[in-house]
Amino acid sequence: MLSASTVRKSVATLRDETMTLKDVVERLHLSVPTGQDHLDQIVTGGYASDLLSDVIANGKAGSVWVTMHTHDNIVAVAILKDLAGIIIVQGRQPAPETMLKASKEKVVIMVSDLPAFETIGKLSSLFDGGT
Amino acid sequence: MLRRFRADLHVHTCLSPCGDLQMSPQKIPAQARRQGVELIAICDHNSAKNVPAVIRCAEGTGIVVLPGMEICTSEEIHLLAIFENLDLVEQMQSLIYRHLEGRNNPEVFGLQVIANELDEVMGYEEKLLSRGINLTVDQVVDKIHRLGGVAVASHIDRESYSVISQLGFIPDTLRFDALELTRHIRTEEARKRFAGSRTWTFIRNSDAHYLDDIGINTCEYLLECPTYAEISKALKGEDGRMVCEA
Repeated sequence: MLSASTVRKSVATLRDETMTLKDVVERLHLSVPTGQDHLDQIVTGGYASDLLSDVIANGKAGSVWVTMHTHDNIVAVAILKDLAGIIIVQGRQPAPETMLKASKEKVVIMVSDLPAFETIGKLSSLFDGGT
Repeated sequence: MLRRFRADLHVHTCLSPCGDLQMSPQKIPAQARRQGVELIAICDHNSAKNVPAVIRCAEGTGIVVLPGMEICTSEEIHLLAIFENLDLVEQMQSLIYRHLEGRNNPEVFGLQVIANELDEVMGYEEKLLSRGINLTVDQVVDKIHRLGGVAVASHIDRESYSVISQLGFIPDTLRFDALELTRHIRTEEARKRFAGSRTWTFIRNSDAHYLDDIGINTCEYLLECPTYAEISKALKGEDGRMVCEA
């Protein structure tokens, strides 16, 4: 059986335009505290929430997740939901335990210096055909 | 000899902006007594300033009052911090106040009344108590334990301000002494949904913001006498002390 990420990658290659984490990092001017080597992952959408219980319930595989949380549970949620990566907003840095766990589990954590509203707006425009 | 004591370890006062003005130092112990509760903990949001007055009012009533606070962490997780004496809760409060920013707007959030044992208004707390402090849940639990207190995750089955709503599940490293349930969930269901592979002590408290709510959701503790030390042992299941029903 194909894994969800393999399917995502093959579906994405059929399209004319695919978005990778690298594109998101460049377009949104994000820093990447951990996961620099894994920016080739395909991004299929975004999700924003600061309730981890909500992300567990409603997050979609392949999405980038925008949050204020820096706690290491965000790494577990990203793995559980097969998210493409995590963007922490407002320049908040992931906690040391979060960094350790993310690098061990190869989860990409990015940081936006902008607040959530602007970050989500820019991210959303990438998927609406805007810039 | 051990016997059962009914306790309500999560009672707010008029100091909490969402607490009713009737939640005064004189009225709280009187209502607890009417409800058959022998032991209460006063846990206002991020402050313990009304604890001394409630303790004085409870003297001679047979009601034991433990000093506590309901702390809101940077993740907006509510947790109860309960201590043996006033000195310890005041040390905790000093730390919380250093990490608590913002001023209250009473018209928006409600009055934060500091009262004395005569139910007189001594003043109004100016800090905005109902917001998250700049310390993480791990840091807060660690500090509570360093001060010899117990840390209880508040209303874990609620969809806001609970460790479950904010963090999705309880991290393996987080060392709560007990998990609090509201009256809206049965203990067996809570164990299935939230406990994971760990063995937790579940307790029930009213989280009363109104007098009529005191004692509406409680549990019994098997103790030798109604003291902090005994409650602490019961939460940890030490020396035969335990939580009887939850």
